[in-house]
Amino acid sequence: MILLWYILIPAVAAPVAWLLGRSRPALARWTAVAGTTAPLVILAGQWITKASALQATFAARGPGPAGLVAGSWIADVKATWIGSLGISFFLAADGLTIIMLLLTFALGLLAVLASWRGITKNVGVFHLMILWTVAGLAGVFLSLDLFLFYFFFEMMLIPMYFLIAVWGHEKRVYAAIKFFIFTQVSGLLMLVAIVALVVIHGRETGVYTFDFTQLLGTQMAASTAFILMLGFFFAFAVKLPAWPLHTWLPDAHTEAPTAGSVLLAGVLIKIGAYGMLRFMVPLFPDAVHDFRTVALVLAVIGIIYGAVMAYGQSDMKRLVAYTSVSHMGFVLLGVFAWNTLALQGVILQLVCHALSTGALFIMVGGLQDRIHTRDMGRMGGLWQVAPRMGGTAMFFAMASLGLPGLGNFVAEFLILVGVWQVSHWAAVLGAVGLVFATVYALWMMQRAFQGEETHGWSFADLTKREVGMFGAMIAALVLLGFWPQPLITTARQTVTGLQEMTAASSLAQPRPTAEAGDPAAEAAAAPADDASGATSLADDEGAQQ
Amino acid sequence: MKAGDLLTISPLIALTLTPVVVMLFAAFRRSHGLALGLTLGGLAVTFGTLFVSASRTARVVTPLVTMDAYALFFIGLLTVATALVAVLSWSYLGRLRVRPEEYYVLLLTATLGGAALVAATHFASFFLGLEILSVSLYALIVYPVHRADAVEAAVKYLVLAGATSAFLVFGMALVYAEAGTMSAAGVAKLVAGGLGSQQVVVTVGIVMILVGVGFKLAVVPFHMWTPDVYEGAPAPVTAYVATVSKGAVFALLLRFLLPVSSDQSSTLFLALAAVAVASMVAGNLLALRQDNVKRILAYSSIAHLGYLLVAFLASGERAGVAAGFYLVAYFATTLAAFGVITVLSTGDRDADQLSDYRGLGARRPVLAAVFAVALFSLAGMPLTMGFIGKFVIVTAGAGSALWALVIVLVLTSAIGLYYYTRLIVVMYVRRPEELELAGAGPAARVAAAGGAAGVVVLAALTAFLLVFGVYPSPLLRLVEHAVSTLPWP
Repeated sequence: MILLWYILIPAVAAPVAWLLGRSRPALARWTAVAGTTAPLVILAGQWITKASALQATFAARGPGPAGLVAGSWIADVKATWIGSLGISFFLAADGLTIIMLLLTFALGLLAVLASWRGITKNVGVFHLMILWTVAGLAGVFLSLDLFLFYFFFEMMLIPMYFLIAVWGHEKRVYAAIKFFIFTQVSGLLMLVAIVALVVIHGRETGVYTFDFTQLLGTQMAASTAFILMLGFFFAFAVKLPAWPLHTWLPDAHTEAPTAGSVLLAGVLIKIGAYGMLRFMVPLFPDAVHDFRTVALVLAVIGIIYGAVMAYGQSDMKRLVAYTSVSHMGFVLLGVFAWNTLALQGVILQLVCHALSTGALFIMVGGLQDRIHTRDMGRMGGLWQVAPRMGGTAMFFAMASLGLPGLGNFVAEFLILVGVWQVSHWAAVLGAVGLVFATVYALWMMQRAFQGEETHGWSFADLTKREVGMFGAMIAALVLLGFWPQPLITTARQTVTGLQEMTAASSLAQPRPTAEAGDPAAEAAAAPADDASGATSLADDEGAQQ
Repeated sequence: MKAGDLLTISPLIALTLTPVVVMLFAAFRRSHGLALGLTLGGLAVTFGTLFVSASRTARVVTPLVTMDAYALFFIGLLTVATALVAVLSWSYLGRLRVRPEEYYVLLLTATLGGAALVAATHFASFFLGLEILSVSLYALIVYPVHRADAVEAAVKYLVLAGATSAFLVFGMALVYAEAGTMSAAGVAKLVAGGLGSQQVVVTVGIVMILVGVGFKLAVVPFHMWTPDVYEGAPAPVTAYVATVSKGAVFALLLRFLLPVSSDQSSTLFLALAAVAVASMVAGNLLALRQDNVKRILAYSSIAHLGYLLVAFLASGERAGVAAGFYLVAYFATTLAAFGVITVLSTGDRDADQLSDYRGLGARRPVLAAVFAVALFSLAGMPLTMGFIGKFVIVTAGAGSALWALVIVLVLTSAIGLYYYTRLIVVMYVRRPEELELAGAGPAARVAAAGGAAGVVVLAALTAFLLVFGVYPSPLLRLVEHAVSTLPWP
């Protein structure tokens, strides 16, 4: 039942924040802080106490994909919801879920803190929307019933739409509607794919259910599986976003208020990666394998295109938005490489990107509150005005470009090593993207903070609240850079489990670049990858080099 | 017919007596409150008799009507919808400077027509019900006679409805002349047998009947009247036309032409599929360019009837459940949306301009919230019944492998998002002062009007939309029970 609290606490705190905010705006802010901190604390407790128990249940898991899925959960809740349609209220959490929930609540808290000064209009409703977004996100990461997943997936669009449309910047209405329609169209296509999957499964077994664990391993023609996989891919690729479906992102991220940008970049777009890991690949491993080349091409284009576009922006917020396109290209690379290293890298990348990009958005938001512009042409030499701000911005720019010693470097390095085993050229081109990242990150610092201060700006440096926020994020990124093991351990069951689910498919090949070769050799190679899947990070690096 | 059958058809009797009572009272004592009270009382009695009728075994009472669970379910739906429209009309009529009592008589006779339609198992009761409904609607649409647009709408509706009624009767005559049957079961058998090349006359007859039905449902290509009538008719009457009139005819369509869905290559099936696709595409595309809220909702309702046709064309009981549930969702949503327009309207004109809704979120937060929930439900967003409704239709369509229709449904409803969100933006993002000086423009006048009873109805509808949007199981079971009495193949 503890899982239910993760959704309920923010969901119930939301109307409370609204009611209190009508008379005393400060109370709405504090309610929102409480509504995100409380689940964060409970979650941290669960993470610490249950992590070891997870190892035990995972070792004692039953045979087959369903047993595998059932054995990997720390906790689950299941109740009939709409019985006649085979829909259940099925929540479950494993290591990956815990990581995603940590991100959700931590960034939800940061989003509240980041809007402490900037939001003065309709404060109560604003925090209602933030908390509902957080509740919806928690629901997305906890759902194992595909209908429930879709339900939360769509539901959280509404508060996010309002956040952008009401509290956003100049072109907010355009950006909000574009965001809404892009995600909704792709979501509906996924819904059709989900329903088709359920119908196929129902025809085969006589059981109509949206339960993901039962739908795993549904037999269907390869062409059908491919089409259904595309339905899922479309939805998640829009969220991620993958080139060429990314065009909503620069608009939405730029026009959203700071809190909206933080939640969008930090958590919302991670649903794309999460959905691919959790649902798309395990459900259609062979189809994913067939699609791999296309996806890798899209990912590489996204990495380089995002970086080049970021370099070309004069709006600082838009620049940061485009870096997300680039970084999420790495995630797409890693997901489709589908080996232990790449998957560990993907999970690490999700966390590190959320922190570094979230911090940059808060930084831009803080700057905008002070000087009322995001145009880097009107900045320059700000380091002299606000040295603490400059130093902090430099740190996150370095994190974004993948400086060794910080989490982002470890994540992107792991992904590239994993991708190298699948496709040399994709890894090489992806690595080129890292060079571009250096260019745009340093160029941003140069234009905004370095050089002569010629515009006569004078404003307050970081406040204590901001120092606290950025300090926590810096500490987390440094920690992840030097000691990523706790995170990797938490995600290990998920990574191993995911690979075992797909062990019987063509995706389990260690070197699928040889897919033109004979199938027998590929089949023989499959168990080898299984074995490596169970080893830890350090073992992997040793074993596979 | 036995004496006990009177109990079985007691809902129809109660519904027939109510307008008579209201009319007689109005003849002796003109009182708006009394008329509304009697109307609601009569509708409550009708609703109560549904349970009396349900406790008796369903049977065909004379060849004309069947009081099975299906008929009772829809009579209940029509009764409740009529009661809500009546309450919403109360303050609206008060502002209209017309004698209000006869309005309720017309509303009740129209509902009687609708109830006859959903229970009809014979061409005679079908035609009778349809005409009672139509004739009442002509008068209802033109009720504010001093408004030119209402007169225009009523004339348009009268001429077109008259023409299509002629088609309908001629179609019935052709079917009877060739096949010698007038009953729903007979027509269903004809359709199920497959209309071969020998049965050209029957096919032509059924197609002509479909023209009459299609006109009432306002599906493309019989939709031309919809935007004008929606715009010209008084807002509560528009709500009535959009829900009760269409819902009753759709329920009838399901009863008479159920077997169409079993053969996906038949001409009839393909024709209806084309109508469904055209309605979904045209409805959503044409709504994009409208600036009048009632016209937007008119085109949106064309699209929604297209979605309902997808459920109709999907085979099996699951499809019947989808259609029934979607109808309930559509009723509640449409009543809520037009209810907001009704409450905001003044005696001079209806609140149908986009500018009337500028900053509504700040001026009338409750009404804005109701309208937002209704719009999200129309758009099919989660937490509302519209979402579950669309979902069950997609499930039914997928279950019958109607992939093309399902994909069209999904893509066109995405187009629909644009004009629904546009309205929401107008309510919540635009400030009233952007348009006009405070207190001077129509928006301010609109804000001053409004009835408390209407707001209560709207709040109840919103709660209904949200509760059954989150937990639809009880309603799904009820609909399942209702449609299970149809002769599914």
